[in-house]
Amino acid sequence: MNLAMKDLRRQKVSFSATALGLGLLFAIVLAMGGIYRGLVEDATLLVDHLGADIWVVQRDTRGPFAERSTVPPALEDRLRAQAGVASARSFSTATIQRIVGVRSLRMTVVGLSWPEDKGQALPLVSGRHLRDPHREVIADRSLGLALGEILPLGDETFRVVGLTQGMLSSGGDGLVFSTELDARAILNWQAPEAKRVEREGRLARLAVTELDTLSNQDRLRDERFNPPTLAPFPANAILVNLRPGASIEEVQRGLEAWPDVTAYTAQEQRDLLLKGVVEKSRKQIGLFRALLAIVSGIVVTLILYNMTVAKTHDIALLKLLGARSSVVVKLVLNQGLLLGALGYGFAILIAKFLFPLFPRRVLLGPGEYLGVGMLVLILVTLASAAGIVRALRIPPTLILAG
Amino acid sequence: MEAVRAENLFKTYGHGATEVKALLGVSMVAHSGEVVALLGPSGSGKSTLLTGLGLLNPPEKGTIDLMGERVLEDGKAFGDLAALRRSRIGFVFQKSNLIPFLSAHENVRLILALNDQMGPETYTRSQELLEYLGVGNRSRHFPEELSGGEQQRVAIARALAPAPPLILADEPTAALDSQRGRAVMELFRKVAREQGTAVVVVTHDHRTLDVFDTIYEMEDGVLSRAEKTA
Repeated sequence: MNLAMKDLRRQKVSFSATALGLGLLFAIVLAMGGIYRGLVEDATLLVDHLGADIWVVQRDTRGPFAERSTVPPALEDRLRAQAGVASARSFSTATIQRIVGVRSLRMTVVGLSWPEDKGQALPLVSGRHLRDPHREVIADRSLGLALGEILPLGDETFRVVGLTQGMLSSGGDGLVFSTELDARAILNWQAPEAKRVEREGRLARLAVTELDTLSNQDRLRDERFNPPTLAPFPANAILVNLRPGASIEEVQRGLEAWPDVTAYTAQEQRDLLLKGVVEKSRKQIGLFRALLAIVSGIVVTLILYNMTVAKTHDIALLKLLGARSSVVVKLVLNQGLLLGALGYGFAILIAKFLFPLFPRRVLLGPGEYLGVGMLVLILVTLASAAGIVRALRIPPTLILAG
Repeated sequence: MEAVRAENLFKTYGHGATEVKALLGVSMVAHSGEVVALLGPSGSGKSTLLTGLGLLNPPEKGTIDLMGERVLEDGKAFGDLAALRRSRIGFVFQKSNLIPFLSAHENVRLILALNDQMGPETYTRSQELLEYLGVGNRSRHFPEELSGGEQQRVAIARALAPAPPLILADEPTAALDSQRGRAVMELFRKVAREQGTAVVVVTHDHRTLDVFDTIYEMEDGVLSRAEKTA
């Protein structure tokens, strides 16, 4: 006779409500782990996806994900000439916030190295990859853009030709992929008034040089004129892939001798990201999670202890009737395990249906579910122990006291 | 046959100025099929004797034999007292003390389950007992759905379920009106006669003393046999 179940059938509603409350607590413990995994996934997603062997960035910087890094696109040519290098491509990325229609969209623009990279490796959920070198983008679904929607960015408009899912930056913003040239144009866009002010500035600077001729002044006034002496828009990094058999360490060592750049392997760039962007969040989330686990433990202990106290009379009666201690232990432990199992079941349901609505990615794998499941099992077992100690101390003669 | 024999029981609570001698050399016997009443004022030691016989509160001195077998001697237990309680002693209390989350049927089957009897025969045994005690039609009901008299009948059925040689009842009619109280006492006599069980009842109700075969009176820890007047 399962006394625990028999008891619970008389208090289905209150037991279920208690389990739901616990489920919410367990769900938050689950979410903390999922948010951390989501952070790591988001932070390393681009590095992993771009598949470069070496990241070449501005000297003594940690790369485009950690801080501002600018390198001239012409660096590509110098790198291609290096022994062991198969390809080199510019890479630009930055987070921008624009008003699109009535929405304020925060997005991270990523440049793809056209024509080698048209986004073929991107996991599209609808649409297609880039076909034209200009005015096409692939956007993440989290941005709420529709396929075919026109996105005005800078002086240009871009058509959304493909949609991805779960492609987010380390800041949790949806990624927008364009060609590298378009990305640089978007990221370095200036308003017409800013351009006019810049032209006036150039004229003023020309006026104090020996080149201040009427013809030069006319050229500078022409808005289509771009002085050949000005550098093109910089990139944030150059991504290098090596020839088969080439040693990453050797090429990296060679590049380290260059005074204007720093070279990181993909793993180093990944580590930098995790240490820089994720480390503090990891500690914060870890501490918060530990606190939550302690709170959950205390709550479960109090609930199970009070459930046992509420059954003091029944337990005394069982003992008076000669019930073995194991009967009493089973009664308390089974209810603890049932409460834990039901609470954990609610937590899984919450995770399945509620977490996808969270603004940041909550990434839960089997390991996470198993880990929290084990935690719940340990918590309810320990919490039940408090109830069991109490139950075993109840004297059977309590019944005779009236 | 002697269902229970107590010899020279002594029990003291507290010590020094607060010392109370609850049992002072108490001896008694209850035979199979016999209904025994324990009378006495509050604080006379009746409940101490009952809990002693029920192996819940062993006396410091003296012996208790159940069905001719020594189970307690000078506070020392021979065997597992809890196991002896669940198999050889049935308890009935002032309040029915049924488990509130079990139906009448389940309350009776519970004691069988505690005695490791799980099979379908426990359903039959439980139903038979409930019908025997006149509450067969209430077997699916929970205690809160039963009247006080019905609850006591279910409690008696539970006490009888493992067919113990001894039933101990502590003021089982105190919460009932006189008519239902008398009905319960007569049930005890019926059970004793038909099941061969010895029933020891602590009671204050002098109107039902005619039901009992033997009457003991307790005062200040001393037990004496009283003459039946009715």
